[in-house]
Amino acid sequence: MSSATDTTAAPAFGLDRDEALTLYRRMRLIRRFEETVQLLFQRGEVPGTTHLYTGEEAVATGVSSTLGPQDRIAGTYRGHGHALSVGVDPQALLDEMLGRETGVCKGRAGSMNVIDLSHRLIGCFGIVGGSIAAATGAAIALKRSGGVAVAFFGEGATNQGYFHECLNFAKVLNLPVVYICENNLYGEFTPMELVTAGEIRKRAETLQLGAVTIDGNDIWTVRAAAGAAVERARAGEGPQFIEALTYRHVGHSRSDPGAYRKPGELDEWLKRDPLKLARAGIIERYDADDATVDEVDESVEQQIQEMIAAALAAPFPTPGPVAEFKS
Amino acid sequence: MPTLEFRDAIRQALDEALRDDERVIVFGEDIAVAGGVFVTTPGLYETYGEQRVFDTPISELAITGAAYGSAVCGLRPVIEIMFGDFLTLAMDSLVNQAAKFFYISGEQGSVPLVVRSAVGGGGRFGSIHSQQPGTWFQNVPGLKIVAPSSPADAKALLKASIEDDNPVLFLEHKRLYTVKQEVDTEETAVLGKAKVVREGHDVTLVSIMKGVQDCLAAATTLSELGIDAEVVDLRTLRPFDRETILESLAKTNRLVAVEEGPLTGGWAGEVLASAVEGGLHEIDDIWRLTTPDHPIPFSPPLEDAFLPGADAIVASVSERLGVGSQQQNARTRGG
Ligand SMILES: Cc1ncc(C[n+]2csc(CCOP(=O)(O)OP(=O)(O)O)c2C)c(N)n1
Repeated sequence: MSSATDTTAAPAFGLDRDEALTLYRRMRLIRRFEETVQLLFQRGEVPGTTHLYTGEEAVATGVSSTLGPQDRIAGTYRGHGHALSVGVDPQALLDEMLGRETGVCKGRAGSMNVIDLSHRLIGCFGIVGGSIAAATGAAIALKRSGGVAVAFFGEGATNQGYFHECLNFAKVLNLPVVYICENNLYGEFTPMELVTAGEIRKRAETLQLGAVTIDGNDIWTVRAAAGAAVERARAGEGPQFIEALTYRHVGHSRSDPGAYRKPGELDEWLKRDPLKLARAGIIERYDADDATVDEVDESVEQQIQEMIAAALAAPFPTPGPVAEFKS
Repeated sequence: MPTLEFRDAIRQALDEALRDDERVIVFGEDIAVAGGVFVTTPGLYETYGEQRVFDTPISELAITGAAYGSAVCGLRPVIEIMFGDFLTLAMDSLVNQAAKFFYISGEQGSVPLVVRSAVGGGGRFGSIHSQQPGTWFQNVPGLKIVAPSSPADAKALLKASIEDDNPVLFLEHKRLYTVKQEVDTEETAVLGKAKVVREGHDVTLVSIMKGVQDCLAAATTLSELGIDAEVVDLRTLRPFDRETILESLAKTNRLVAVEEGPLTGGWAGEVLASAVEGGLHEIDDIWRLTTPDHPIPFSPPLEDAFLPGADAIVASVSERLGVGSQQQNARTRGG
């Protein structure tokens, strides 16, 4: 692993057993949430399109676990995991996927564009790179209250003007923002190396941001790196950059079968499934065994089944006159 | 005559342009190896190779600016901006560079580039993957805007766009990609000429892209109610064919512009302005049927109510003409 600062040996960043299990539960919830969205999409209950976070759960979960109530995040169209990581109500999120009135945005936004201000989510951005600018601006506001802004985005977004302009902007203004590049190796169907020159982390280093490349599938590593970056940003040391290496286990969107994957690549990554690693980490570090973690899985399963029933029963919004502007 | 699907019409036009003119190059995000997110470019990379058909980074401004630069140096680039909503990122290059070049250079040269982009709602893609950006560009002199409604037109107008010496924004409605039609594959078209796609005497329905298909469907229903509708397909938003609009108005004396886009500032307003300015004495009634002035909703019942489909056209026309029993569904605005 290429890494400017080796964080793999870092401790669990001060978590007790229950907190660690809560973190695992959140990852499991994201995984099952995404599988549920896919299932309901195939059944025609989720309209339009979906971009799933399956396989990348450790990144958002780990990063958001280091944030406080005064902090904010900006996510992407692959944003269900980003949303759940900061505590967006899973039921309201699922209802949104189904276009229901009870959705977090009243069914107006859909899968790609979720916003939940009451849970620190300033937006999920359908435009590649949009989250980078939103978090940069959020940092200008949050600086007053000691808050930190976090942008999640894919490696493909680092070829957008948004990326280059905002990193420079944040550096010269010394903004408390942490940029989390979720490098899952592909932008849609195109392998990163065919469209990306040089090393991504070095782009941030050139602009003199604190920058590390980490194993994004290991929640403990992510937590350690993010915790350190957030602390530095909060302490006034300016913008920080983390490249989290990860992999989406599923297609880019909808029914993409992933024909562009290299042979055996998915199997290799499945061996390093973030949920498997988190489970192993819990058993290794705490007084817990497989049965302890299985219990968490079962409770998530029950929650998911209840959510599906409630979402399918939720009302659709009624068309009618709506306000163009806030009065 | 062979049957042609809209998306294949696009592919054929690109294929023939690449075949017939060495200067044509095609690039964009996921258009080469993957064959395009909307499956409009499969096989082109395999046939013409990576020098002429290539994938790019996710960099819309670079894609469009590079098209401009290559065009002023002798190539004829055809680029794809995947969703019309992403044209915002390409706008500077199109508006401030490509559209100005011919005029401000004192006509030293022109910018023969084509920007293809998928637009429109109805797919439950939400407010940032469903917009109609044509009107954002309509008041930019120097830029042609093409908006085909059928497979035959898609092929003929795309070929004409690539052969045109000016920058062209070529809009493809996502809901049309699977439309099939029997076509004469050698048909040609000129940019800037509207087309009467159905003759009638009682009312003129003016639209573009999917709206034309909706108007044709509405016209069939209206004929059962005793209303004989004429349907005008504008085909291009710029140049804007006022003559065809006025000719039709002179015949029917009633006109509705059906626009999938917000009421305020849309091209439908341009249709009505042209009618008033050039045909005031021909008018019994003119009005617009558009989407409301708010972003496009995701939820299916909201999006369905938002878009002006065939039923809404029938309801609106019958209400304005005082015919039939569909008044309660009327969605007439403005006028
Ligand atoms: C400006 C813009 N261009 C193109 C797209 C279409 N698109 C959606 S996701 C995507 C790939 C993005 O790749 P990456 O940034 O690596 O993130 P990932 O999807 O892999 O998480 C593309 C090209 C878009 N949404 N916005």
